[in-house]
Amino acid sequence: MSDIKVMLVDDEQSFVEAMAKRLTKRNLEVVQAFSGEEGLEKLKEVFGVDVVVLDVKMPGMDGIQTLQEIRKRYPLVEVIMLTGHATVQSAIDGMKQGAFDYLMKPCDMDDLLGKVREAKAKKENHEHKIAQARAMNIANRRGD
Amino acid sequence: MEKERHYSGIKRRLMFLIVLISLAPLALIAIVNGYQFKHAYESKVLEHLEQVVKKHKQNIDTFLNENLADLRVIANTYPYEQFKDEAFLSELLRNLQAEHGGMVVDMGLVDDQGVQAAYSGPFKLGKAVYADATWFKEAMGSQNYISDVFMGLRGLPHFIVATKISADGREWLLRCTIDFMGFNRLVENIRIGETGLAFIINRQGAFQTKPGIQLDAHVESLRDLVWGKHSAVPEPNHSHVNNWPGPQYKDFATAMPVRAIVADDPQRPGSTSIYVMTQLKQGQWALIYRQDTHDAFSAWYKTRNAAIIIFIAGGLSIFFTAFLVSAKTVKRLEMADREKEMMNEKVIEAGKLASLGELAAGIAHEINNPVAIMVEESGWIGDLLEEDEFGDTENVAEISRSVAQIKTQGDRCKEITHKLLSFARRTDPRQQEVNMNELIGEVVDLSSQRAKYANVKVHQVLDDNLNLIQASPSELQQVLLNLINNAIDAIDHKQGGEVTISTENGDGVVNIHVADTGQGIPDAVLKRVFDPFFTTKPVGKGTGLGLSICYGIIEKMGGKISVNSSVGVGATFHISLPASRGEKNGGNAEPVS
Repeated sequence: MSDIKVMLVDDEQSFVEAMAKRLTKRNLEVVQAFSGEEGLEKLKEVFGVDVVVLDVKMPGMDGIQTLQEIRKRYPLVEVIMLTGHATVQSAIDGMKQGAFDYLMKPCDMDDLLGKVREAKAKKENHEHKIAQARAMNIANRRGD
Repeated sequence: MEKERHYSGIKRRLMFLIVLISLAPLALIAIVNGYQFKHAYESKVLEHLEQVVKKHKQNIDTFLNENLADLRVIANTYPYEQFKDEAFLSELLRNLQAEHGGMVVDMGLVDDQGVQAAYSGPFKLGKAVYADATWFKEAMGSQNYISDVFMGLRGLPHFIVATKISADGREWLLRCTIDFMGFNRLVENIRIGETGLAFIINRQGAFQTKPGIQLDAHVESLRDLVWGKHSAVPEPNHSHVNNWPGPQYKDFATAMPVRAIVADDPQRPGSTSIYVMTQLKQGQWALIYRQDTHDAFSAWYKTRNAAIIIFIAGGLSIFFTAFLVSAKTVKRLEMADREKEMMNEKVIEAGKLASLGELAAGIAHEINNPVAIMVEESGWIGDLLEEDEFGDTENVAEISRSVAQIKTQGDRCKEITHKLLSFARRTDPRQQEVNMNELIGEVVDLSSQRAKYANVKVHQVLDDNLNLIQASPSELQQVLLNLINNAIDAIDHKQGGEVTISTENGDGVVNIHVADTGQGIPDAVLKRVFDPFFTTKPVGKGTGLGLSICYGIIEKMGGKISVNSSVGVGATFHISLPASRGEKNGGNAEPVS
């Protein structure tokens, strides 16, 4: 039923909750986190998060730092940056750090869904390639 | 008022300083040199006068001396009996007169009783009795004698030179009379300048020669000056006279050197006179030369007056120059200050704009989050309404409409906040070479749909050889889009109109003009069009941020944006941006990306 597992990270709790309800209604499994630290924590606890929607401007650990951590620990997880207009530059920085894409707040639900699906596809593609490589590796080993 | 006082204060100080610096050395030179010159000149003049007086003293002394010597030679040469012969006496007189230029008036032999035994001369003085005459008494007391000037029996001023002859157990006096007028002439010869004159006084203060002017009031002090207040030189001592004209005479003569003094003139207060004095006749007479200081030092006074005139003229010109220079300098200063003030105002204005931008951005960002939540929540309501359990009741439809409205208004809020954030210049600011013509083409394409809808034709009058500029394309796009949209908005949609965008090369700049045939901008509004939040559009249609953002962007690029407009004719916005150095875009150049 829930084909994509999404984690929402934003210090605006109401925004996360509303978004979570709407995404859940659209058959996505949603994990909520209200800070960068909590996001990293949840990633550790919950298995199989595909896409993280990450707010850039947060108190404490901001979006860029969180992104860097995620890329370091979970290189396969795709990240979509969520930004106010003023932080487009930081969103672009995020892209350079390896974020999948960015969205401007308030965002259109359809845009978000589209981007999440793209990200999921990319991740699957990556996983597929990795699986293939592993298989090859195993096959090669057997061949030895 | 305060400022005026400030500037006039500076002007005064500057002027004072210039005058002081320029005039002080001038005055110092004038005073020091004047003082030194005055002293040198005065001492020169006095020295000269002393020399003159000294020479005359010698002349007069010599004259007296010679007279006496002649008399003694005569007395010693001939036996006294011969002097009784008046014919012989007349012969002697003639000889003396020939020798002394007629100053010797008469000659006589006087016996010890004071009776004139023999006489030769113009007056009938034979057998005259001098027994009671002062000169006789004094002459009998000494070997040689020269009297003071007196009237005597003849009633004319004269003085007597006498020598004593001892014979037959009796004493005789051989005397001759010196014409006062003649002698006076000797003295009067000392005339220098207009007021210089000489005269002789005796110890009693009586004039021995006629001074040209009234000096009676002066005589007492002059006497004191020559002989000292308490007559330090003793009264005529006959023992001295006895030795005349021996060596002591010369010694005595040098005892009173020539002296020059400058004294106040009692007759003319405020003016001074020079007195040069020396003693004559063994200190019994004094030769005094007197001249007005003013006359004696006339050359110095002339020089001084000339110097004063030059000083005053120089001072005046310095004063005048100082006045002009300080006035000019202060005017410059005032202008510079005013310019600075204007610059300051501009800087403050810019600062205000910047801080306003920061504020706007801050607020926009804060508002953005609640708006996002509201939009999400309404979206959630919309999602829920789509579920079947609510059915198709009237209320559901109404709620759906309401939610849609919330979303629409949320989007408007988003637009506003994003514009505000643009105002804070957070757009992509990277600069690159931009071909303005290309950019205009893109922007016109973007707004063509809108223009068509508004019944507006957009013309492009582009310079094919337009210079490239160094700018951020996205920002420029924003500016142009804004201007074109404004131009379209200014045109009445029913009537229609034209928007003309033209480009041209300026002097080191690229000029872009956006002209419309719209309603124009009223004068009252014209000054405020670049102010943040100023808008003439109806509520809900404009944020008033467009032109202020444009202004900020163009200023940041080092360009200028201005507008001129008249109501009913339309408005033209002019932008000039600095051109890239030296590079020209060919007529059919590829777009630079």
